[in-house]
Amino acid sequence: MKKSTRKLINTIVAEVILITIALIVSLPLFLAVSISFQSPEEVFSYPPKILPKGLYLKNYVDAFNLVPLARLILNSTIMAIAITAGKLTTGLLSGYAYANFRFKGREVSFALLFATLFLPAETVMIVPLFLIMKKFGWINTYWALTIPFMASATNTFLFRQHFRSIPKELEDAARIDGATPMQYFSKILLPLSKAMIGGAAIINFVYAWNMYLWPLIVTMEDKMKTVQIGVRMLISSESANNWGVIMAGTIVVLIPTVAVFLLLQNLFVRSLVRSGMKG
Amino acid sequence: MIPYVLLVPTFAIIVIFIYWPAVYSFKMSFYRISPFGNRMIYTGLRNFGRLFQSSEYIHSIKVTAIYVGFSVLLTVFTAFFIALLLNLKVPGTPVYKALIFIPYAISPAISGTLWTFLLNPVVGHVNYFLSKTFGISVDWLTSKPYALYALILASVWKVVPFDTIFYLAGIQDVPDDLLEAATLDGASSWTKTWRIVFPLLSPITFYLVIMNIISFMFSSFAIIDVMTSGGPGDYTTTMIYRLYLDAFSFQKTGIASAESVILFGIMAVVTFVYFYFGERKVHYQ
Repeated sequence: MKKSTRKLINTIVAEVILITIALIVSLPLFLAVSISFQSPEEVFSYPPKILPKGLYLKNYVDAFNLVPLARLILNSTIMAIAITAGKLTTGLLSGYAYANFRFKGREVSFALLFATLFLPAETVMIVPLFLIMKKFGWINTYWALTIPFMASATNTFLFRQHFRSIPKELEDAARIDGATPMQYFSKILLPLSKAMIGGAAIINFVYAWNMYLWPLIVTMEDKMKTVQIGVRMLISSESANNWGVIMAGTIVVLIPTVAVFLLLQNLFVRSLVRSGMKG
Repeated sequence: MIPYVLLVPTFAIIVIFIYWPAVYSFKMSFYRISPFGNRMIYTGLRNFGRLFQSSEYIHSIKVTAIYVGFSVLLTVFTAFFIALLLNLKVPGTPVYKALIFIPYAISPAISGTLWTFLLNPVVGHVNYFLSKTFGISVDWLTSKPYALYALILASVWKVVPFDTIFYLAGIQDVPDDLLEAATLDGASSWTKTWRIVFPLLSPITFYLVIMNIISFMFSSFAIIDVMTSGGPGDYTTTMIYRLYLDAFSFQKTGIASAESVILFGIMAVVTFVYFYFGERKVHYQ
């Protein structure tokens, strides 16, 4: 077989497999959108419908009435933005410390931070963390939802790595011009790190928006719960199992992260890979 | 002075919300709360002893091992395969990429919800498709062993994009002629893929396996809570779900702390393995 013919066949085979995979992977999401616009009769019709007859918007109205979805969205937004801002701030500052300064205790403190890299405190240590929240009187507050997650080894490493890649000559030049270390940080390092900060912000936001176990145990009142718990509430409160309403709520909850992801996919992917790889 | 000030915010959080709870759970695991909840009674290692004699806990360890093991294997190989295909850059690849990556941005709770619907015996499309094509009709979420398969399906669907993103980035560094020979070119290329390309990416695989173990052990809590709530019976009650039940449904604080310590120990081993073996591998990459 000629090389070009073989290449063509390969391309066609790859296309077919990729289309199949892409369809299978995106099918759950596609069907969820479709179901969210179907009336109860359509949802329960047999065989199940692929496309809705029209746009049955009552599902969305019902989802907002069945659980306090608007309030939950507000809570999740506050939580995700606060965690993102916190992680970026602590990460930038400590990343700068490790990248640009030599000081006593540098190695020891770095090792202490490193040791927490694979420790998801919001799951492994829910019991003691919960007891500590009780001591602080933080149960059912935004504090409990945000403060414990405002620092992470991942963010520190990401920014340390990035700052180390910036030529040392810049720092020397700034110093000769009379800039203080903090001026160099805010006037030169930060503007040079915009893409990095943006990428890390998206990753942190998605992480926080999607948290589940911690908000589940640390909030008792409905008005303090988050959207992820709201989805669970929709399933259990919708006694007739009206999947149209459940899917409407689900779509509302997943739109922010999926939209951000699709809009900023390249930045997202680049930062994600960098957060995982050393060197 | 400056570096210390810069480190204060990070270490304040890490110490108060990671190190303190860690020490606290070690301490609590040696105590029992009195029946009226007003006194702590020192019991030594008895909490651990009771855990390892409890068939429920042993069951949760087994389920976790099976669930995590199969999910990791399926995720890594599926992701590697998809990354090879995406790397061919055939026309339409940006669209396929966007569609295939989407589940990364979707939460475990929502992944669980979507699959609960699709597998629903009455209205679900997957169930309909399976019964029409293969004549299989299964109560996915309420019968053994299908509940576990359903969880693995929803979990793998959610995590594959993460691994694919990393493999795709890694493959860019593999020399082109190696890859050219490797994909879709008959039996010998299949061997080349597994003998040459896959080993070249072993540092990535290593990192992904560790990250996936963490996802499936912990973040999957939401998927389990939404899809099966640990059922039928306690069939899909993994270690993290057991911990949640003991701590917050049954109020067994001492036992739950001991469970925390065990999970903590597992993570310590994982972290150690990562740094001990990871350090060497990453260097020659």
